[in-house]
Amino acid sequence: MSKLHVSTTVNGDAVEYLCDPRETLLDCLRDKLNLTGAKEGCGTGDCGACSVTVDGRLVCSCLMLGVEAEGKQIATVEGIAEGDVLHPLQQKMIEYAALQCGICTPGILVAAKSLLEKNPNPTEEETRYWLAGNLCRCTGYDKIIRAVMDTAAELREAS
Amino acid sequence: MNYHSPASFAEASALAANATGITRFLAGGTDVLVQLRSELVTPDTLIDIKKINGVHDITRNADGSWTLGVATTGAEMSEHPELGKDWPGVVEAMDLIGSTQVQGRATLTGNLCNGSPAADSVPAMVAAGVTVTVTGPDGMREVAVEDIPTGPGKTSLTKGEVVSAVNIPARGDNAGDAYLRFIPRTEMDIAVVGVGVDLRLDGDTITEARVALGAVAPTVLLVEDCAKAILGSTLDDAALDALAAAASAACNPIDDKRGTIEFRTEVAGVLAKRAAKIAYARAKGENA
Repeated sequence: MSKLHVSTTVNGDAVEYLCDPRETLLDCLRDKLNLTGAKEGCGTGDCGACSVTVDGRLVCSCLMLGVEAEGKQIATVEGIAEGDVLHPLQQKMIEYAALQCGICTPGILVAAKSLLEKNPNPTEEETRYWLAGNLCRCTGYDKIIRAVMDTAAELREAS
Repeated sequence: MNYHSPASFAEASALAANATGITRFLAGGTDVLVQLRSELVTPDTLIDIKKINGVHDITRNADGSWTLGVATTGAEMSEHPELGKDWPGVVEAMDLIGSTQVQGRATLTGNLCNGSPAADSVPAMVAAGVTVTVTGPDGMREVAVEDIPTGPGKTSLTKGEVVSAVNIPARGDNAGDAYLRFIPRTEMDIAVVGVGVDLRLDGDTITEARVALGAVAPTVLLVEDCAKAILGSTLDDAALDALAAAASAACNPIDDKRGTIEFRTEVAGVLAKRAAKIAYARAKGENA
């Protein structure tokens, strides 16, 4: 079989690509759409570095085929900032120095944004459980959790 | 690999029946894609069932029973306002699988058809008396969950057959279910032992019981001796000890890095007692 044509929406933009049915959504985002924010860490759904949302649902883009994106709404880390204005989560991650090598950061941002949309007032325990599928080998997680908790508090005050 | 996204289960079944080589159905993909990427299983034909109408629906039927679409995710089950009140054990067992990201895709049907003896949702479904509707070339049949797995990675489904719905019985009164597993870490690991228990009471006395064990044999086991050990009792200490002995006696586990035969056999008894206590408390209407 030749390549399959896929029409989907990524960060609000209508996009199209041709893909082999074996290629994952992560492959398609990175290699066909040049959206290299999502990273391949493990390729088996364990590390969360490839996290994106599909129709608002947090998933690992390495565990979804590119062809399955047909007609879906995909959101990646590239859509989190508005132009040059960073999202409060991104600001807080910098402020708290919540990253070192940065490989996990795009996935953490997508996952944390998804948490705060679902639950604007999470407990630390809820935040740690929600982000348990996003592995970070540098920070020890504490700064990440504090950055997310502080962002949540700030967003609640702003709303 | 040929990718298909049929619009009906009859079409999915026909595609599978006429396919040559390796065929896989794609629901959440959390096992199929891992096997594909690691080159353990490279299907010649991949049939995505998620474009079929109703596969994400959670429906409470007029008689109180539930029908779940086969692509219903763990997250959708946990978020449902009523399902977890009727069947907390089934919902909690599914929720134990993987991370938030995996919960966004993983399904009961996929967990069942992957055929792992350690699948967390399967003992809970077996205890709950869950059945699946299977659509095949000769039409539809209803199969008990315990009759689907036949060994590690193997199922009783024949060529052209596909699971097309998950059927959970009506909860009814004075009943409760629970699932517990042992893992070496606190979260996100594969069960070393899993136990599902479903009980119904008349007053304080157990009148119906189903106990299922996971990860202690080549398939999930429905253990009648465990049920007999507690039927007619008030789950007193003697009944609990008999339950634990029956659970341990039913074990036929492997020795591996995650747990020895001796360890799994003992833990099966311990978890059976604990899960039974939770199910009993739930059947009494207590929060547990």
